[in-house]
Amino acid sequence: MIKVSSRWTKVWYRNYISFLKFFYVNLVGNLGDPILYLLAMGFGLGAFLGQIEGVSYVQFLAPGIIVSSAMFAAVYECTFESFLKMIHLKTYDAIIVTPVNIEDVVTGDIVWGATKAMLSGIMMFVVITVFGLIHSWWSLFIPLLIFLVGLHFACFAMLITAWAPNFDYFSYFLELVITPIFFFSGIFFPLSQSPGWLRALSGTFPLTHAVELSRALVMGTVPQRPITNILFLIIPSIGLFYWSVWRMKKRMIK
Amino acid sequence: MVVVAKNLIKKYKDTMAVNGIEFKVQEKECFGFIGPNGAGKTTTMKMIYCFVPRTSGDLQVLGRDPSIHPELVKANLGVVPQDNNLDEDLNVFTNLTMYANYFDIPKAIARTRAKELLAFVQLTEKEKVKINELSSGMKRRLMIARGLINDPKLLILDEPTVGLDPQARHLIWDRLHELKKQNVSMIITTHYMDEATELCDRIAVMDKGKIMVVGKPKDLIRDHIGEEVVEVMLMDMPAGKLKQDTSGFNVTLEETSQKCYFYCRDCRSLLSHLADKGYKHILRRPATLEDVFLKLTGRDLVD
Ligand SMILES: Nc1ncnc2c1ncn2[C@@H]1O[C@H](COP(=O)(O)OP(=O)(O)OP(=O)(O)O)[C@@H](O)[C@H]1O
Ligand SMILES: [Mg+2]
Repeated sequence: MIKVSSRWTKVWYRNYISFLKFFYVNLVGNLGDPILYLLAMGFGLGAFLGQIEGVSYVQFLAPGIIVSSAMFAAVYECTFESFLKMIHLKTYDAIIVTPVNIEDVVTGDIVWGATKAMLSGIMMFVVITVFGLIHSWWSLFIPLLIFLVGLHFACFAMLITAWAPNFDYFSYFLELVITPIFFFSGIFFPLSQSPGWLRALSGTFPLTHAVELSRALVMGTVPQRPITNILFLIIPSIGLFYWSVWRMKKRMIK
Repeated sequence: MVVVAKNLIKKYKDTMAVNGIEFKVQEKECFGFIGPNGAGKTTTMKMIYCFVPRTSGDLQVLGRDPSIHPELVKANLGVVPQDNNLDEDLNVFTNLTMYANYFDIPKAIARTRAKELLAFVQLTEKEKVKINELSSGMKRRLMIARGLINDPKLLILDEPTVGLDPQARHLIWDRLHELKKQNVSMIITTHYMDEATELCDRIAVMDKGKIMVVGKPKDLIRDHIGEEVVEVMLMDMPAGKLKQDTSGFNVTLEETSQKCYFYCRDCRSLLSHLADKGYKHILRRPATLEDVFLKLTGRDLVD
């Protein structure tokens, strides 16, 4: 049985304090990749491309880069970092002999993963604002959007961590699951011109829905299917959350 | 009663780690578990501190069943597990205050308590130091301080002094004696028989998931060994000859490849007899818990 108590906040707080210690390292680690994509693809490749969906390529790219940076941050936090704490540092073992139960620990780590995702998404958002690629006040909803993206991928990653026998397992997860999601969720090219099967597949990725919403918020346009977008960002997360907490509990309590 | 266990069983996949044990730990008591590697000591402790669920049997810790409201049981426990698991992302002081936070202890109280405990285990100067800059003895002391952060009613120590130098060991014994005076109940496992004798009011000897005997260290020694032990080095002499030579004596004899052990209440006549027979390499000493341990669990390595 899964019982999450409000003590998860203590685990979140522990992660926050430890994060402050390595603040600058974290900052560089999180921002490096997305900025590189923006520069190389957006400005570099973009120079050879015409307009896509009526905007410049870098403008097309930017909203997706924001949400994908959140995805990567959450995945990193709830795979490598959580695994390290669980298996190598025995941080979980130390915490669960206090009134904080394993469900609280896992929840705290998941929400922390989402928090990190939000931070890195916001930093990316600031960078993109500096490049002059934000066009609407609606974009103030972006932090909320990337928090949902973070929560989704934090739960997903935690589920993988519950099964992972070692760190190598995460490379497979990144290469076989996260990278395809990254490339085929409409960040780099519009899915409208892709074959039907690919469009159908990518329509099942919550990231695709986040990208659509992000693009609408940044441009101030009306999204085509906002309800579907929001449902895809929330419903799977609820399932993944319970599943991952349950699997982690099974793994830790034998 | 602090802990009551009846027919307690823990089975991991295909290992019977704890195989139907029964024991009680009284208030203010220091209760020890000793036994060879793999006997099931740690597993028993883990069931008490709600880390692993039992397979079957009854268990009450501080009047509650750990499988029903673990957080209520854990709130009053202090746990020092066998392996150190300090938070390496935090410094010494923050390790304690952060741990206090898991117990809902308010910040101000946590800070005072952390300072007191660091003084208690003599780590005050290390307050700001990173965990990986501590020696293993310091880490162990910090683990004990951390286990005390919530003023536990029951302190559980799984091999508290493993790998420590004699000074550190004595410091920890000192501190544990002080806690006993403050009426903290304790459960300890250890492989050091002197430590068990020194600290424990009662001891359970475990082997292969079972408790073989329980009792006060003195009683265990008296009942199972006697007052004294005479060790005779065999020096290539067959043990059979020694047995023959001492057949007139009503003593328990145990032999290993190098030595024979005689357990007796009064060894004087045996000693003079052995001297008459020309035995030279003889040691006479008081019986210890180690003799009890080896007699009950066998002198050979089991695995
Ligand atoms: N998580 C686990 N999964 C499977 N088997 C386990 C697990 N933990 C312990 N065991 C097995 O249970 C038995 C008892 O182990 P336990 O750790 O309780 O022994 P111990 O008395 O504490 O030994 P030591 O003196 O070496 O610490 C051993 O056979 C061990 O291999
Ligand atoms: Mg052990």
